[in-house]
Amino acid sequence: MKILGREPNTTELGIFSVMWSEHCSYKSSKALLRLLPTEGPSVLQGPGENAGVVDIGSGLAAVFKMESHNHPSFIEPYQGAATGVGGILRDIFTMGARPIASLNSLRFGSFNHPRMRYLLSGVVAGIGGYGNCVGVPTVGGELFFEECYNANILVNAFTLGIAKKSRIFKGRARGIGNSLIYVGAKTGRDGIHGATMASEAFSQGSEARRPTVQVGDPFTEKLLLEACLELMERKCLVGIQDMGAAGLTSSAAEMAARGGTGIELDLSCVPLREKGMTPYEILLSESQERMLLVAKKGSEDEVKRIFERWDLDAAIVGKVTREGQFRALFQGAEVACIPIAALTTNAPVYSRPAERPQSQEELQRLDLGTVEEPKELGEALKILLDSPNVASKEWVYRQYDHFVRSNTVVAPGSDAAVIRVKGTEKGLALTVDGNGRYCYLDPYVGGILAVAEAARNLACVGARPVGLSDCLNFGSPERPDVMWQFSQVIQGMRDSCIALGVPVVSGNVSFYNETDGVPIYPTPTVAMVGLLPRVERCVTPWFKSPGDLVVLLGRTREELGGSEYLKAIHGLVRGTPPWIDLRLEWAVQQCCLKAIERGIIRSAHDISEGGLAVALAECCVGGPERALGIRIQLHEMMRADALLFGESQSRIIVSVREKELSRLREIATRGGVPLQVLGQVGGTRFVLQPLVRLPVEELKSIWSGSLEKRLQ
Amino acid sequence: MRWGVVVFPGSCDEQDVYDCLKTVLKQRVDFLWHKDSLNGQYDCIVLPGGFSYGDYLRCGAMARFSPIMAGIIEFANRGGLVLGICNGFQILCEAGLLPGALMRNSSLKFVCRHVFLRLEENDTPFTCRGKKGDLLRLPVKHGEGCYFADAATLERLRKGRQILLRYVDGKGRVTPSGNPNGSLDHIAGICNEGRNVFGLMPHPEDAGEKILGSEDGRKIFSSIISACEKHKGPWLG
Repeated sequence: MKILGREPNTTELGIFSVMWSEHCSYKSSKALLRLLPTEGPSVLQGPGENAGVVDIGSGLAAVFKMESHNHPSFIEPYQGAATGVGGILRDIFTMGARPIASLNSLRFGSFNHPRMRYLLSGVVAGIGGYGNCVGVPTVGGELFFEECYNANILVNAFTLGIAKKSRIFKGRARGIGNSLIYVGAKTGRDGIHGATMASEAFSQGSEARRPTVQVGDPFTEKLLLEACLELMERKCLVGIQDMGAAGLTSSAAEMAARGGTGIELDLSCVPLREKGMTPYEILLSESQERMLLVAKKGSEDEVKRIFERWDLDAAIVGKVTREGQFRALFQGAEVACIPIAALTTNAPVYSRPAERPQSQEELQRLDLGTVEEPKELGEALKILLDSPNVASKEWVYRQYDHFVRSNTVVAPGSDAAVIRVKGTEKGLALTVDGNGRYCYLDPYVGGILAVAEAARNLACVGARPVGLSDCLNFGSPERPDVMWQFSQVIQGMRDSCIALGVPVVSGNVSFYNETDGVPIYPTPTVAMVGLLPRVERCVTPWFKSPGDLVVLLGRTREELGGSEYLKAIHGLVRGTPPWIDLRLEWAVQQCCLKAIERGIIRSAHDISEGGLAVALAECCVGGPERALGIRIQLHEMMRADALLFGESQSRIIVSVREKELSRLREIATRGGVPLQVLGQVGGTRFVLQPLVRLPVEELKSIWSGSLEKRLQ
Repeated sequence: MRWGVVVFPGSCDEQDVYDCLKTVLKQRVDFLWHKDSLNGQYDCIVLPGGFSYGDYLRCGAMARFSPIMAGIIEFANRGGLVLGICNGFQILCEAGLLPGALMRNSSLKFVCRHVFLRLEENDTPFTCRGKKGDLLRLPVKHGEGCYFADAATLERLRKGRQILLRYVDGKGRVTPSGNPNGSLDHIAGICNEGRNVFGLMPHPEDAGEKILGSEDGRKIFSSIISACEKHKGPWLG
């Protein structure tokens, strides 16, 4: 009432309700997000637009963003995941970029949970069904299982596109009197209040929310993509924005806010799928595959012609105005009139109370004296390789087209995917990482490690990071303990980003990931993009030939807190996550990068969940060819389980030809990086002298068959 | 020689074919819009992969009625070379240019991976640069690639030596593990009786360069190129 100077009507209340929802307004996170470094020499567009943009040279820019679609995917896995992919694709081509690669980061509950196989199969089929049909390859991702996601799975989708640096489009409504043109699918009653649903915690009866999930149509999306890119080649477009959460309302208001203008919509002109829709429904519908354009006055017919060619609707639905008002008319009468600023820049910002929970101390207590070392370490290794968190994810990525557009140089299954940039010698590396368990035990350190691991994965293929996009998945911000986790994670990410020189260029926050009062582990997922000056130099994680030396870069400490080993073998989630020295992390990554750039090393793989033994096994069995054996001599003075399965950070396993060792040693010494020759590739056995001795084919079949076995 | 690559609404791999032909093999290539009629002299028409019209009906069932298809059917009936890849293969079957049909994969799931293929015949314009028994490593990526035909048709295909590619394992043996979709008789690609229309599920265009993991796809395209060169001038005068 204070804003309008009068009682708002129902339609206006609906508009406020979605625009001030957590999902659209970031009201609880805005203040903390400002802590993240968003600038860098190659950043062309940081957070605040549809996606981030980074200069990759040769007149080209990489445009990328990650977004969550957690709640819809839990309610309706296929459509929820599919429309998540659709939404992120639109964010990318809206900027004038052709999408060329997607990733996804997924979290599911325990396989013992009755709904989990249904959810996993549905989400994977939905991601594949949409991405494959639109013709954008899904080149990588990650997948973890943990009980805390039983009632609240996470589906984070990332897409990267390439645009000409000189032709980046923004979601701005400029030029008083210019037309607002609606293009794409018709508006229906689906998804009304989706943004509000996504901003609530789950409880009994969430199933009844199914109608708030939208239905995706990848074919229309594909037409929309091609038509928009064709339009962008012309000179008639002023601004463009997709209609995502909160539909027409949000896209119109945001464009006007960025343009410093106002807008007037005539809702009678919106193409409708069904008769009798009210202004309220038209404004708040979240029907998919729709865009709002601002076109130069006089070019409306040209726009219409292009969309007609692609058999799509294009309708003039309003104009840009001077007054700074969001004004909507329906059948000649005004149905809403609200100041733009009240909906966007002046939307409420909360400083929510944050407090470290008392239980944190107890959670971090881990007395290794009570953790019994397994008698058979080989058996423990087999259990770990069979753990769905460690095992091959081929069952998943085999359902995604990862070849289309013929750019894929390193396909899923590697530390990072590599795609080439056609017309140049360059390549882009993509990875997504985030360990919720680490963040649960220590959110600050967890935030550091998420960024560090992503950068390390890029280093393992030979790419230097240019930027990252994140999804921050948390419980309810109304809980002080969750806000504490959130602020700690942000600070950890910030410190890691600064130390490793990686700017945050886009991202999203997903709160209210909790059910019946129990939040998920704090789960930031970090999608990082790296640049390879010469793509043919890139390296894969698996060993190449018998006789090569196996070398460890970095240092192993006696630490087991938060490890997959502790969970899978002892059923414990406690302790403190691995310690990290960001200077050493930087040095190890630089050493690996230099060695790859000079063509010294033949494989590189970072050590993460499951520790040294699992990483070595993956190097042996992860390749497309037959498995290779190794013979390793271990002589570290520490608990054998910590040596084999501890998750000490800043470690990379590389393999080199024997004659190249001295060159590698020289780089390592100069960088102050500990280097240790562990052994040699060869034979048919996996030998970690004196602890483990197993046939490598057996490990391969355990590791590669685990997911399929559980999903049959 | 001159290539035409058809763009249907929902085609996804047209750019891959175009780039492979133009950039890698230095060919003259045009995109052909589905709403146009087939004009101009072409030596080979390619129907690329993708999801034409969304493939919400049977795959290829809609595309077969695109305006350009009438000209392509006529072109094929006059002996012109037509290559259908993945969705293009499905369209050729729907259009009656090739016998049989492509059904849902036996796994009921989309499958994307490299497969090995055995070249079964080399007396066609699409395979003339290879030897019988050659092993090719190409990617497949489809949800509906399980080839099926009735017993009489299968017998005709065998007798007419129209089965040009079979799925095999890495050692060239016909085994269930080598067959990604449950295809009848491990069929990956067939030609018509006139040997001028070829449909295959694997994607040679995504295996044209070493950096993509395989160059074996070139064997198909270079066969077509050398067949057309020998033929002197356009395949159809």
